[in-house]
Amino acid sequence: MSDTLVPHRALGLTDAEYELICDKLGREPNAVELSMFSLMWREHCAYKHSKKLLHQLPTEGPYLLMGPGENAGAVDVGDGLAIAFKVESHNHPSAVEPFQGAATGVGGILRDVFAVGARPIAVLDSLRFGELDSARSRYLLEHAVGGIGHYGNSIGVPTIGGELYFESPYEQNCLVNAMALGIAQHDRLTRSAATGPGNALILFGALTGRDGIGGASVLASAELGDADADKRPTVQIGDPFAEKKLMECSLELLDRELLVSLQDLGAAGLTSSSSEMASKGGLGLDIHVDRVPLREPGMEPFEIMVSESQERMLCVVEPARVDDVLAICAKWETTATVIGEVTDSGRLRVLSGGDVVGDMPVAALVDDCPLYDLAPEKPSAPIYPTPRRVLESDDPRDALLALLSSANLADRRPVFEQYDCLVQSRTVRRPDDADAAVLLLTTPSGGGAPTGADGTHPAIAVSIDGSGRRVACDPYRGTVEAVLECAANLACVGAEPLGLTNCLNFGNPEKPHIAWQLSESVRGMADACRALDVPVVGGNVSLYNEGPEGPIYPTPVVGMVGRLPDAARAGRLGFAVEGDAIAFAGPFTPSLPGSELAKLRGEPLPDGLPEADVGAVRRAQEVVREAVRHGEIRSVHDVAEGGLAVALAECCLGGGLGAQVDFRGAGAEGEPLLETLFGEGPGGFVLSGPRPALAALAREIQLTFVGEVVGDALTLTLDDGAALSWSLAELDAARARGIADALEDV
Amino acid sequence: MSQRIRVLVRPKAGILDPQGQAVERALPALGFEGVENVHVGRLIELDVADPSQVADMCEKLLANPLIEDYEIVEA
Amino acid sequence: MRFGVLRFPGTCDEVDAQLACERVGEAVILWHGDTDLQGVDAVVVPGGFSYGDYLRVGAIARFAPIMESVIAFARDGGPVLGICNGFQVLCEAGLLPGALLPNRTLRFVCRQVNLVVVHADTVFTNACEEGERLSIPAKHTTGCWYAPPALHEQVEANGQVLLRYAPGENFNGSLADVAGVRNEAGNVFGLMPHPEHAVDPLTGSVDGLKIFQSVANHVGAAHV
Repeated sequence: MSDTLVPHRALGLTDAEYELICDKLGREPNAVELSMFSLMWREHCAYKHSKKLLHQLPTEGPYLLMGPGENAGAVDVGDGLAIAFKVESHNHPSAVEPFQGAATGVGGILRDVFAVGARPIAVLDSLRFGELDSARSRYLLEHAVGGIGHYGNSIGVPTIGGELYFESPYEQNCLVNAMALGIAQHDRLTRSAATGPGNALILFGALTGRDGIGGASVLASAELGDADADKRPTVQIGDPFAEKKLMECSLELLDRELLVSLQDLGAAGLTSSSSEMASKGGLGLDIHVDRVPLREPGMEPFEIMVSESQERMLCVVEPARVDDVLAICAKWETTATVIGEVTDSGRLRVLSGGDVVGDMPVAALVDDCPLYDLAPEKPSAPIYPTPRRVLESDDPRDALLALLSSANLADRRPVFEQYDCLVQSRTVRRPDDADAAVLLLTTPSGGGAPTGADGTHPAIAVSIDGSGRRVACDPYRGTVEAVLECAANLACVGAEPLGLTNCLNFGNPEKPHIAWQLSESVRGMADACRALDVPVVGGNVSLYNEGPEGPIYPTPVVGMVGRLPDAARAGRLGFAVEGDAIAFAGPFTPSLPGSELAKLRGEPLPDGLPEADVGAVRRAQEVVREAVRHGEIRSVHDVAEGGLAVALAECCLGGGLGAQVDFRGAGAEGEPLLETLFGEGPGGFVLSGPRPALAALAREIQLTFVGEVVGDALTLTLDDGAALSWSLAELDAARARGIADALEDV
Repeated sequence: MSQRIRVLVRPKAGILDPQGQAVERALPALGFEGVENVHVGRLIELDVADPSQVADMCEKLLANPLIEDYEIVEA
Repeated sequence: MRFGVLRFPGTCDEVDAQLACERVGEAVILWHGDTDLQGVDAVVVPGGFSYGDYLRVGAIARFAPIMESVIAFARDGGPVLGICNGFQVLCEAGLLPGALLPNRTLRFVCRQVNLVVVHADTVFTNACEEGERLSIPAKHTTGCWYAPPALHEQVEANGQVLLRYAPGENFNGSLADVAGVRNEAGNVFGLMPHPEHAVDPLTGSVDGLKIFQSVANHVGAAHV
């Protein structure tokens, strides 16, 4: 029989999985039960291909308050405060409807944060699209950015950072990863386990409609083909105004200690939220679907259980508190209904009009989904096409301008100006001010910033960094680099990393070469986290990101939160004072293969990347961090895409000041000029400041004085005495149009 | 017995209408020529018991008379 | 000196406004559903997306119970400051001239802008000097100030324009670069940029503090 005629296969379950379900139930599942199992046992909910791998990741640390398994993880940031944070993907919905896909991605991650009792204080986003010469990529960029801005701005949470890349493997499978942070007092962090048989289950928030029925989960476990127009009716529509009210309502309910537990509704709606609450509590739930307030008439029980209508939460409440809860919801104009109760049956029962229409053991839904071992195999031939050559010239002068004009390095102002980065009055470093965003740690109720005894203002720093092309070159080392990059960005503002969240975006793990990418990448992430002593607090996995043209680059995305003792000393990246000395610092070994310049020159991806000395990189980050905290270094910038020359250009443009830089003898013996100028790798920093302040660092890490901040041009003196020079105006003009033109064109 | 009423709200003539201009610019790019004078407004539909009140509703809430004109249509 | 900062469903910058006010006096949050202004000396209608900007920006908030009290307070000469969405609400309520239209580019823009103080002898700008430049962030989608020609002429002739965007900095297309305008009586003022986001040296410029200081100065002088 064809798959469409066999219900369980049409819903994506294998025959073996179906047999297992029958075994767990002791009979065949009915339609309601089958639809619920098909969603809970899909990749997106069950992590069946990745769970075993993820156990490698370190999840303990001295600052860890809540690790993986809850709606969001949390770290201790001092003064009795906690920061809850997580990153999640919304890739497939965004490929179908980018505005709503990105908007609801933001909405979903915000709910995860306030579900643990933390007031959301920031959003960051990591976006990857195909090259900008494709109308489709420009369309996705415009609308995804619009959706993020629409949702974040309307709900009053600042979008303070992000990253944006364009590579042809993402053409058919864009990546939209949204990260959120929230702040709470330690003792206010809330868990989601349902406890107390006899307690009431209350659904509050928006009405339930047919949004996303079979949506996110189905899309996330299927490779996108040409028929995605048919998937349009299953896309969720977000309403940030509804979520603003829902958020204030939830936080007030928690503040008044009216809730036993709280859970948000995301992928697979009521099914996943209720079963996870029951599973964590080791209990059961009875849900009366006829009590669920509906937006559309005549919805069937299975539709109500799998609907992905946005802006809804579930809570468990003691019977004596129910009226108080309903009154607070009414105050916030938020619909609230008692739809069920906690039982000690260990089963999830779905009732309609008194009839039991579904009855499953909770453990079967949540814990008993089979987990699969990957069968990794390193590919014997390149998987990805060679990037198209766009830079013909070998002249380093042209190369810098070409890099700055390229979509991966051009000015991102046209994007981040669409985001409110200021609301909540915490933002100390705005996008482009520094390598990481910096936020004041004010108390959750909004009183003035806590001040240390010496008048300091504690703050947190956050950065989101992923890597695709370099991970494709070397999944293990490329992932190690991504983790190091994120920590380096935090060091640049003076922050010590406290915890990390990650989103693993990969192709189809049932294919051996993708399984290899995934295994190697997770191994790299685990090793890098251990080497830096940064625990993983939680994260997300998005698999099956591939189409007929092939898979995306393997793309681990890392979000890190750190703490700095004094916001007044937060680092900046732009040169600040004429006459300041400029130095290169750290164990940086530039390498061209796999770099941005290599991409522009149309070079094939190398098989493997050089190994980094992670210990030395860590020490350099610590030294830089302490120097920034000491307050005498004027600017710090991490060397990343485009290497040293691009980093220097960014420091000049950031501060509006030029530089004279001597590259004579800068390169290693026999190193080609282009490699010295544009080679990439971890561990490099560009510093500026008074000469004695920089000299003091030379005792602790490699440091070379290379020039001074001066004038209105960037001038590099080369080995043969020749000089390369670009005026600030020329550098600015090169960078100005890359993204701006793409946005205006749509 | 309630009646179905439609209210069309549009920008007053002469007011800057950036949404209308954006649509007017976008149409030729899709191959549609000869389109001018595009304006973008709002449609509000209501079931009302007393249709004579609708004009007042427009004046007070549904439209901003400083910048918008409205037209009441019985559906 | 006590400020009252309004909070509607969807308001986002009320706590920011409260923090700014608390640098020059005391401040309480006033809930949209109440009518009691709690004896405050000045009212601030803050920024955000009240009622999701549904129907028209500020169109629904303008009818909140608290607004009846604010309108009466304003008619009695009480100082009322409207910021961004607050400016939109006050225009809808008829307390300020003109209306706010979508930005010329139809996009939300968050950017630090320079404003020029046109008149300094007012309730809201007495801590500034005429011609002084203030660096204050603006963040909005619907900030293009408009008035029909006759009304605009009247507003200019009466000296009701207190702040203009400095040359080259008007990104929303506001008529005559108007960034902030007062009513005829001079006790109600609305501006699209956010002075409450320019009060703390840790987060940027402190030029916005002058607006709040001006109101405090005015109230202080009135009580002497």
